[in-house]
Amino acid sequence: MIGLAHYLTVAAVLFTIGVLGIFLNRRNVILMLMAIELILLSVNVNLVAFSAYLGDLTGQVLAMFVLTVAAAEAAIGLAILVIFFRRRGSIAVDDLNRMHG
Amino acid sequence: MHPVLFIVFLPLLAAIIGGLFGRWIGSTAAKVVTTGALFIGALLSWPIFLQYISGGAGPVVVPVMTWIQSGTLSVDWALRVDALTAVMLVVVTTVSSLVHLYSWGYMAEDPSQPRFFAYLSLFSFAMLMLVTADSLVQMFFGWEGVGLASYLLIGFWYHKPSANAAALKAFVVNRVGDFGFSLGIFGTFLVFGTISIPAILAAAPGMAGSTIGFAGMRVDTMTVLCLLLFVGAMGKSAQLPLHTWLPDAMEGPTPVSALIHAATMVTAGVFMVCRLSPMFEQSATAMHVVTYVGAATCIFAATVGCAQNDIKRVIAYSTCSQLGYMFFAAGVGAYGAAMFHLFTHAFFKALLFLGAGSVITAMHHEQDMRYYGALRKEIPITFWVMVIGTLAITGVGVEGLGFAGFWSKDAILESSWASGSVSGTIAFWLGSFAALLTSFYSWRLIFLTFFGEPRWAASEHVQHAVHHVHESPDEEHGDSPHEAGLPPSGTAGYHPHESPLTILVPIVLLAIGAVLAGQLFHGILIDPDRAPTFWQGTVAFSRHLAEAAESSAFWVKITPTVAMLVGLSIAWNNYIRTPEAPLRFVQTFPAVYRFVSNKWYFDELYDFLFVRPALWLGRLFWKGGDEGTIDRFGPHGAAYAVSIGNRVTYRLQSGYLYSYALVMLLGLIGAASWAIWWAK
Repeated sequence: MIGLAHYLTVAAVLFTIGVLGIFLNRRNVILMLMAIELILLSVNVNLVAFSAYLGDLTGQVLAMFVLTVAAAEAAIGLAILVIFFRRRGSIAVDDLNRMHG
Repeated sequence: MHPVLFIVFLPLLAAIIGGLFGRWIGSTAAKVVTTGALFIGALLSWPIFLQYISGGAGPVVVPVMTWIQSGTLSVDWALRVDALTAVMLVVVTTVSSLVHLYSWGYMAEDPSQPRFFAYLSLFSFAMLMLVTADSLVQMFFGWEGVGLASYLLIGFWYHKPSANAAALKAFVVNRVGDFGFSLGIFGTFLVFGTISIPAILAAAPGMAGSTIGFAGMRVDTMTVLCLLLFVGAMGKSAQLPLHTWLPDAMEGPTPVSALIHAATMVTAGVFMVCRLSPMFEQSATAMHVVTYVGAATCIFAATVGCAQNDIKRVIAYSTCSQLGYMFFAAGVGAYGAAMFHLFTHAFFKALLFLGAGSVITAMHHEQDMRYYGALRKEIPITFWVMVIGTLAITGVGVEGLGFAGFWSKDAILESSWASGSVSGTIAFWLGSFAALLTSFYSWRLIFLTFFGEPRWAASEHVQHAVHHVHESPDEEHGDSPHEAGLPPSGTAGYHPHESPLTILVPIVLLAIGAVLAGQLFHGILIDPDRAPTFWQGTVAFSRHLAEAAESSAFWVKITPTVAMLVGLSIAWNNYIRTPEAPLRFVQTFPAVYRFVSNKWYFDELYDFLFVRPALWLGRLFWKGGDEGTIDRFGPHGAAYAVSIGNRVTYRLQSGYLYSYALVMLLGLIGAASWAIWWAK
């Protein structure tokens, strides 16, 4: 029987992979965007799992919103990525050091 | 309205107009205003003086306003006019007005004439304030005022480093004297409870013999007060050992040297001693000190004057020496003779300076007498007035008829002999020998300048003039290499011109004064019968001493004249008959010549004793105290700490996105943890 704990475990694993993907990834920015998507997905899994567990649809409605925002965020992120590539000729994370202020 | 108000305050008004508004009203208007104010002052002063001569006037005090009112200290602005002030009023306004007029010609090419004339008028105001002072504080005001004007005028050509240095030196050396003077004023107030001069003089005899604690000792009150006040007089009147500023003050324009550093300001010390003579009379010790200092300065300056080559410096040392005469006259109690010499000296010394200025103009700003010679044909009027001035300063005359200096110098020497004291006798012999030297250096000046062969060719200034190289009028330089030999003769085709009328008129008028001042006024100033009614107790005139001086032995009376003739014949021998004689003397006695021509090494001594230690101390506080301690741990230390802190925080801002994200996450975790565990 697959219970709530299993879903939460999967979500936690996904979240951890996402976070580590942001920090440990030194290759390119697309991976970073994907890691952010993983974090959002893990949140979605939690929302849906709690929704089913409590018998309340609100959580699933919120999950749909998160998906929408995540899609928009991915679109904007990719657009920035394209501009960034045109300017720098690279999408390596180590080149993202212009934020000295 | 008493005329003295106009005499004193018109120059101030003129100085303000000329100084602050000279730019708008123009140079000519500024000159007219200042010169006019002084001439009005002179025209008003002579009737006042004549009133006192005819015996128809007593002391007058003209109140102006209350100045300071604090506890028992009460100071009023009040102008005091009495016989002593009347003499000074005449001297100051007459010489000052003539110098103003002279400056029209002498400073004609200077771009900042309004400033110059404003300073001259400011000086005249301060000097008049000094001589009309009714209280010691007002006298101190005038005292500092003339010091300020002197500083401004010595440094008038402020782009010359030597002029700035001389101005600073004059100011600093005078500060030493003023310190003594102000201590004297404090002490006087402490002892007498007032600073009103008449009140002090009235109370002075009662203080004789009392003692006061000074520097941890019990000392005679009047002695310590008089000596402190005399320190001020030494500074202002350039007496040993505070004389070093006066020769350097010759860096100023020549009219300034004539007005301030010969005729008026430097006599302020003599005036002060005479004004306070009832105080000085109470202390025999102070009187002896005054006598010794005066006699020492008299002989010292005369020796140095013999070895100077700069025409203005010769006259400057001569001034120093003549002031010495005045002081030892006051020191032996002959205040009448001191004031008389002050009076005559003002005329002939201003005359000599202005005449020297006329020579300098004619020689295109060459001041070194070795490059003069044979000028009597070229500038005859200047020659004759300079000869009159020299006859006056050397004291030419016979019993009952003589030039100005004859009357006053003889009166001083006779009085010092007649005083009978040891100090008076020493002063008499030193003064007589100084008279010989005075005659020598004065005639040396005349012979080198006006006689012999023309030696202009070697002068750089004349070279400039011949080759039409423009030279600004202020490049008078006083530094001369100490060589005794004379440059080769030759004119280099240069023809000196007689000066314009604005220069000649004042010196001719002063020449009249130099001839007549002694003849006309000796009766009322020093005669044992007439002088007491003239002075009316404003100076402690001793009738007994004057009578003793009058009836002194024949050889005493003839000594100054013999000294004068000896000096004249030595000068004639050395500079007319055998011109190689000075060089031979220098080669025979090189040490004597070096010692004298280097002014007895006073400047070097002071440099070693005071200037260097002061600079060393200053550098210690500057480098060690300010830069090494305050700056290091203060502002510089704080700045260094901030920059170290910056270097650490700079590391945090790497610019990498993931490190910002990490910090953001850590922050989020921290905030969430706080919300979960502690915020309940």
